[in-house]
Amino acid sequence: MSASKDDSGLPISHDGSRDRVVPPTGFTAGLTTFTSAAMAFLVVFALALALAADRLSDRWSAALAGGATLRILAPAEQMDSQLAQAVQVLKTTPGIAEVRVITPEEQQALLEPWFGPDLPVDALPVPRLIDIREDGRGYDPQGLRLRLAAEVPGAVLDDHSRWQRPLVKAAQRVWALGLFSIVLMGATSAAMITLATRAAMAANAQVVAVLRLIGARDSYIASAFVRRFTLRAFFGAAIGTAAGALAMYLLPSKKDQAMILSGLGFQQLQWLWLLALPPIIAAVAFFATRQATRRELRRLR
Amino acid sequence: MKERDLIDLENVAYTYSGGELLSEMTLSIASGAFYFLTGPSGSGKTTFLKMCYGALVPTAGNITIFGQDLRAMTRDDIALTRRRIGVVHQDCQFLDHLNVVDNIALPLAAAGQDSLADGANLKELLNWVGLGHRADALPPELSGGERQRAALARAVIMSPDIILADEPTGNVDWEMSQRLLQLLVELNRMGKTVVIASHDLSLIRAAKTEVQARVLRIYNKRVQLAGANL
Ligand SMILES: Nc1ncnc2c1ncn2[C@@H]1O[C@H](COP(=O)(O)OP(=O)(O)OP(=O)(O)O)[C@@H](O)[C@H]1O
Ligand SMILES: [Mg+2]
Repeated sequence: MSASKDDSGLPISHDGSRDRVVPPTGFTAGLTTFTSAAMAFLVVFALALALAADRLSDRWSAALAGGATLRILAPAEQMDSQLAQAVQVLKTTPGIAEVRVITPEEQQALLEPWFGPDLPVDALPVPRLIDIREDGRGYDPQGLRLRLAAEVPGAVLDDHSRWQRPLVKAAQRVWALGLFSIVLMGATSAAMITLATRAAMAANAQVVAVLRLIGARDSYIASAFVRRFTLRAFFGAAIGTAAGALAMYLLPSKKDQAMILSGLGFQQLQWLWLLALPPIIAAVAFFATRQATRRELRRLR
Repeated sequence: MKERDLIDLENVAYTYSGGELLSEMTLSIASGAFYFLTGPSGSGKTTFLKMCYGALVPTAGNITIFGQDLRAMTRDDIALTRRRIGVVHQDCQFLDHLNVVDNIALPLAAAGQDSLADGANLKELLNWVGLGHRADALPPELSGGERQRAALARAVIMSPDIILADEPTGNVDWEMSQRLLQLLVELNRMGKTVVIASHDLSLIRAAKTEVQARVLRIYNKRVQLAGANL
């Protein structure tokens, strides 16, 4: 405390003065640390959820891009006409970008691993396949089925990837919700830290008045509070992030067959996101405190 | 405004919810002079001083501080101006968690001039006000007279052009008030302008042998230069 006793005789040292002009801020200090820790902890989970949802939606979207397959099973003499008819129907269906008839050679290649190279594909009642790629809008499967039933009796639409579309939508929504939660937590932290700052300034009204009286600028007075709250927030956020990361790390892994939960977590480089958390929360605290102190100071001449 | 006036008041009035406190004040604080500001309790002495260092803005009229119009000054301008004005507040006001020497050096720290606070100068200043042995004490541990002297030391550490002292001898005995007066007279001899607000007429009479003081009296909301007979 008593810097005057050291040999240099210098009282308040250059670096330390701003930090010492405001006495310890009591409960507001604890409040800031706790809030930052709690928010960081929650952000870790929201982030994990958002990242997991993003991964799921990516994976499912990739599967979706595979489109659908049309199978045609018809007597040999009708095969070619039905095939042509089906292609005609598909080409005139809105939402379909590309239609490609799988050639018999390709089909042979597909079946070879199971039946060997000598399989006489022509002689067997093997269905012919048409590969369908949707465009961005997607087509209406119900309408297509009705048209096919009327015009191509042997056609079966195998819309295997379609069930995944709502899942992708859901995953994208979870991702957005995760991000929204993170923004909300940031705003909540800012609000709490603003309140803590204002409480600290009210408790130190006398200190602020004295500093003003002796010619301290607003920036000097504000920085005494801002530095303190920013450091507290950083410290709290570091603790909260570490705790959150540990909790994530201890979640059951894939090996435990924990189904959907196994996707919840950080993968490789994603862990680095967590390193950014304490500085970001400290930055939120910095701006919130600066704003609050400046506003409070303006009331005082 | 004359060349050597530090603070000019032009038709200044101060009105608050309770009515008009001061009105039609026109006067100049000349550089190098020694002033007493007197008047009954509640007459507006503190209010007058607060306007002089920009803590209050007059409700009418203009105040010019070091050539700057108070109304046009930004908050930073006011802060910078206060480094040239040493204020001894009526109730002193310290940072109670910092010891005496840190409190006295506070204006230097706030001005980012800590390097100027070399230990020898501070010791000298403390000894000058007779607080050399109290450097490590906390303000609440000081007596009334010690507080007043510490406040005076803090007011002069930036080597201001003018010292505004509000009841500097407020709650000290006669001997101590003479000592404080002596310090202010010494500062005036060093070229500083001094304004002392006090309702203690005996102090003012005693000072007459030491210094040629101008006595301003607030009477009936107006300020007037008092005659020889107080
Ligand atoms: N903004 C305000 N609101 C309410 N009352 C005020 C305000 N400004 C001044 N006053 C009143 O004006 C009067 C003058 O106050 P001031 O402190 O200037 O007097 P003073 O001459 O310094 O008195 P003292 O000798 O007791 O220190 C007081 O009664 C005070 O309550
Ligand atoms: Mg007063």
